[in-house]
Formats: sequence, C-alpha cells, structure tokens
Amino acid sequence: MIYFDKVCKIYPNSVALEDITFTVEPGEFVSIVGQSGAGKTTLLKMILAEDVPTSGNLYFDSMDIHKVSKSKLPSFRRRIGSVFQDFRLLPNKTAYENIAFTMEASGRSDEEIRSDIPHVLELVGLGEKVFSFPSQLSGGERQRLAIARAIINQPDLLIVDEPTGNLDPISAAEIIEIFKKINEIGTTIILTTHNKKVIDDLGRRVLTLEKGRLIRDDKTGKYAL
Amino acid sequence: MIWINTKRIIKLGFVNFWRNGLVSVSSVLAMTITLFAIGSIYLGSNFLNSALNEVKNKVDISVAFKLDAPEEKITALKKDLLLLPEVEEVIFSSREQELFSFRERHKDNAILIGSLDEVGNPFGARLNIVAVDPNQYEKISRFINTKNDPSVGGGNIIDQVSYKKDIVDRMSKLIEASQRLGWAIALVLALLSIFAVFNTISLAIYTSREEISVMRLVGAGNPYVKGPFMIEGVIAGVIASLLSLILLYPSVIWVRDVTTGIYGGINLVSFYFTNFGQIFALLLGSGILLGLVASYWAVRRYAKI
Repeated sequence: MIYFDKVCKIYPNSVALEDITFTVEPGEFVSIVGQSGAGKTTLLKMILAEDVPTSGNLYFDSMDIHKVSKSKLPSFRRRIGSVFQDFRLLPNKTAYENIAFTMEASGRSDEEIRSDIPHVLELVGLGEKVFSFPSQLSGGERQRLAIARAIINQPDLLIVDEPTGNLDPISAAEIIEIFKKINEIGTTIILTTHNKKVIDDLGRRVLTLEKGRLIRDDKTGKYAL
Repeated sequence: MIWINTKRIIKLGFVNFWRNGLVSVSSVLAMTITLFAIGSIYLGSNFLNSALNEVKNKVDISVAFKLDAPEEKITALKKDLLLLPEVEEVIFSSREQELFSFRERHKDNAILIGSLDEVGNPFGARLNIVAVDPNQYEKISRFINTKNDPSVGGGNIIDQVSYKKDIVDRMSKLIEASQRLGWAIALVLALLSIFAVFNTISLAIYTSREEISVMRLVGAGNPYVKGPFMIEGVIAGVIASLLSLILLYPSVIWVRDVTTGIYGGINLVSFYFTNFGQIFALLLGSGILLGLVASYWAVRRYAKI
C-alpha cells in the first residue's frame, strides 16, 4: 500500500531522512520509533504530501504521491486520516462541526452527516460532547475527537503522530485501544511514538529510525532504543 | 452538488464571522472608514459641482442706464440683445423697480432711506442679461459697448456695464482647485484605509493559518478553505457600507448647516435623500469589492499550505 523507495530529505543544515526503503501492506499496524529528530514526523509529512523528498520516490498503491497535481491533492488526502500529538482541531468549531467540516469537504450529503457524526462520536466516547468546542474538552477527549474526525471518511490509511504525547497513562491506553479496533476493521495504521509501553503492548511491526536512517524493521517488535 | 457546496461555504462564512467577534469588528471598522471616505468624496464632489453651477447661473451682465436714457432706446437694445444666439434671457428693471428693490434691501437702515427721500430717485433703469453659456459674457459685453458708442452710431445711454466674469473665473478656479485638493486628500485617505483593511483582514487570516493547514490536511479543496474567508470579507463589507451610510447622514446635516449661509440654495441633505439609492449602491458595491479583494489577496498569501 505504501512504498518508500530510497527516500532522502536533506535540509540546508541537516539530513532528516537518508535512503529510506520499506513497504507497508494493507491492513498492517506499523509503529515507527526513534528519538526526537530521528525523522519520524518528516516521514509522515512525506506520506501526507506536506513535504517533498530531496530524492527517491514514495508510492501510495501505485501512485507516486509527489506527482499528484495540486488540484487532485484534496481528494488524495481524503483517503488518509491523520491524528497528531497537538490534535490540530479547528478551534472555532464544535466537536460536531469539526467532523462535519471534513465530511462536507469530501462532498458527503447532509443526511449522511446528520446520521454518521453522532455514531462516530459515540464510538470514541464523546456522545455527550457533541456541541463542545475543543477548548472545553480535556486532552484525552480532544485526541478522541481528532480520531473520530480521522476515521469518519473511512480512510484507507490512518497516520498517527505521537498520539499519546500529551496524555496521561489511562487516556493513552484508551486511545491505543481505539486504534487497535480501527485496525481490526481493516484500516492500515502508521503510528509514531516515544512511548515504550505503547509499543510493547501493541506487539506489532516496529520500524526504528536513528538520525534519519532506518536501522531496524521488526515484524513483532519491541521498543529497542 | 455545486448549490450544496455554495450553501455550505456561505453558512461557514456567516458562522466564522460571528465567532471571530473582535477580528470581525475590527475589519468592519477599518472598512467603514474607507467607505465613509469614498462616500464623502462622492458627496463633496457633487456639492462643489452644484455650488459652482449655482454661482455660474447667478452671474450675469448688468447694464445700468443713465437717468435720462429714454425707455424706447432701452427696449430697442433689449430686442437687439435677444436676437443674439448667446443670450438666454434679458430682464428689464425700470427706475422705479430699482428704487423699490433698493428700499426693500435697506428697509432697516433709516438714515439711508431718509437721505434717499431727500435726493429723489438716483437709480437709472437696468437690464440684466443671462447668457446661454457663462463663457459668452465677454462677447455680449463687447456687443453692448458697440451699441453705446456714439462714434459708431450708438445711443450713449449707458452709465455702467457690470461684468462679473472676473469674480466667476476666480470662483471657478478656487472651486476647481479645492475640488482637486479634496480629491487628492480623499484619495490618500481612501488608499490608507484600504491598506488598513487589507492589513486587518490579512491579520485575521494570518491568525487562522494553522486552521487553514488543518483544513488542507483533512482534504478540503480551495473553495472550502478560501470560500468562507471571502464570505466573511463580503459580510464585513455589507455591514460597513450600512454603517458608513448611517454615519454620512449627520455629516451632511452638519455640512448643510455650515454652508447654507455661503451658497444658499444647495441642500446636501436633500441631495443625500434624492440620491440615496445611488449612494447606497456605490457604498455597497465598494464594500463588497473591498471585502472580496482584501480577503482574496490575504487568503492567497496565507493559504499556501
């Protein structure tokens, strides 16, 4: 589904990614670990076409991501859901509207929006917070709202960047459980984290990055750093 | 689908405008200043134009005749003058009428009226000539002088020809200069406030750039990202045009009160009401255009994510 082919990203004063090659199969749950500055976030940005490689190619199915035209970029991004450490919710919109915006942008009908949103909010445990603004939600609730927004359009791939970084251990465990369930229904997930416990509990494939290089690829890995 | 999308974008624009409270208010205020400047330019220019026309229309050539000038000669001159294509109207005022209007003008001045009673009627008859075009007064004046010159068979009946061209010319120049100056000042003011509007809206969009990047990441296309901002700009423009229209009203009342003594006749308040539709359309159009252009420009600058 995702194929990194000798991808390099060089900034004027540093090398963020160096000769990265790996494949992610449909339905996989892949974790990427590494210290700060190892290149994890840069790698995710490449998949979202937020950043372009200095050399090498990156494919989503058979499509070269960085050859997608500007006009087709929105529809490409709708195939990917994304969840970030800092949530990146729309602060002036309620929980309902944050999700509705994503659905509206992908051309879903008003009926679908009305019927799907309460359902997905219920799924992530925010059934009571439909009309709350992000500032009125706790860190764990915001992250769950971000997840609800990411999965509402049933994406092929879910990209998750440090999802537990700002959360207490209990909220973190709840969030990881939600990701497991999402993966079980067939959504491919690529997750980056610092959290050793998250990796060990998941027991899935782990890619380890160090100074921009891919140094390990363990099929049922443990946190190795 | 296009209709549903348009409806959604308009709704998002309204909701954002309402929720962005302070930013929306500052955009509206900046735009109100601009539109008020535009409205003032329009009204001021019309006011000065009508003032100039008023003055031009009041100007004529006044021919005062000698006391012993026979009335049939005056009537003959009047007929000759009316034959000239440049002349629009010739008004005859007899000695008695001149005396009467003088008495009317100075009825509060007892000394003047008293001395008038002693000397009798010192006024000769008078012809007031209105030209089709104020520029033709010189030609008419030359014609009258020829008719009065005894060496070419003239009547030698005229005491004095008052010809107010110099005053008119000076006044026209003054009004034209003040109009130019007014336009220049108003233009600078308008440019400054347009710049302020651009900056306010840019700032509003700059503070939303994180939000714009999130919109892009969830797969929102250009219409969904830029559209609501442009709708917000339009709403600000419409509200600002209404506010400036309201603000112009006390301003025209003030101008009327200050200028009635100077120009008489011209009433800016009635001009405001008779041309209300035009002024409203001008301000509304400018407001919408300003809001659209400013937000489009700012979104283009900050929405490249």
